[in-house]
Amino acid sequence: MNGESNPIGSLVSTFGLMSLFAVGGANAAIPEMHRIAVDVQHWMTDRQFADIYAISQLSPGPNVLIVTLIGYAVSGFAGALAATLAMCVPTAALAYFVSRLLGRSTGSRWPSMIQAALVPLSIGLMAASALVVAQTADRTWAAVLLTLAVAALAYGTRLNPLWLLLAGGVLGFAGVL
Amino acid sequence: MITLFLAFAKMSLAGFGGVLAFARRGIVEEHRWMTQDEFNETFALCHFLPGPNIVNFSVVFGQRFGGVAGAFAAFAGLVGPPMMLVMMLAVLYAHFGQLEMLRRILAGISCGAVGLLLAVVVKMLMPLLKRRDIAGMVVTIAVFVAIGLLRLPLQAVLLVAVPLSLGITFVMRRRTHA
Repeated sequence: MNGESNPIGSLVSTFGLMSLFAVGGANAAIPEMHRIAVDVQHWMTDRQFADIYAISQLSPGPNVLIVTLIGYAVSGFAGALAATLAMCVPTAALAYFVSRLLGRSTGSRWPSMIQAALVPLSIGLMAASALVVAQTADRTWAAVLLTLAVAALAYGTRLNPLWLLLAGGVLGFAGVL
Repeated sequence: MITLFLAFAKMSLAGFGGVLAFARRGIVEEHRWMTQDEFNETFALCHFLPGPNIVNFSVVFGQRFGGVAGAFAAFAGLVGPPMMLVMMLAVLYAHFGQLEMLRRILAGISCGAVGLLLAVVVKMLMPLLKRRDIAGMVVTIAVFVAIGLLRLPLQAVLLVAVPLSLGITFVMRRRTHA
């Protein structure tokens, strides 16, 4: 909060804009959130951002709730509410109108083609998200090993991801990392 | 409306690591509000719109079942209750975030969270690799470098990457259909 005169206003404009550019969902927008929250606005440190990401993954509900946590860190409950609504409402309104426009069945090739074109983009964005959080989280070899082990287990088994996160928490508590 | 609110609240609160799987189970299997195909088609629409997909989905689904009020009910159910929970966690973090013990636990959890994200990336990448979709992979890598390594602003990257990827997809499809 470097002398920002109206933190709520900048939360709303930041996430309102991001909402319309968040291709591939909230997890793909992590690098942009990190860039703005840590590098541009100095709302929080790298470490806090990684913590917040961990908390958002640990809680149930849509992944977008990381925005609630950023908002809270910037200016309490009002910030949390403002950031969440700013991130959800513009795109929700768009979805509402597009859905009404298209009706039940589209039959057009365009949606499927746009979707196919966006998939590689989303993958690149999510890989970048993983890198951004990893640069803070994976500072030791043990931490890198834990990340890779979780990735392998999540890829190869149908374990509930919550158990993997909790196992990470237990190892962290035990001071292994 | 209350049923809609409660159904989305329940799916959302059960949804650790993404609500999609729980939404599918709740809507298709439990309530039988949609068939599997209707669900997929609706979700595809929400996936190509920007923003949080599942939030879009709640609005589109609510709209089809109960107009504006339905959209509000589904959205409020999806976002409201977990948001309360997250805010409670935020308060706890603000008070105890500096404790050494909590620092270590959260560090471990973030390592795990990165691992989960990596697994999703690999899962999504596999079809591209299997199809030998070189153009798709080039776009993936270019976006990763631009956003992850160079830390360029998202809007600028998308402004270049979206038209490019659309163009490539369009040309490739014409070629395979011709």
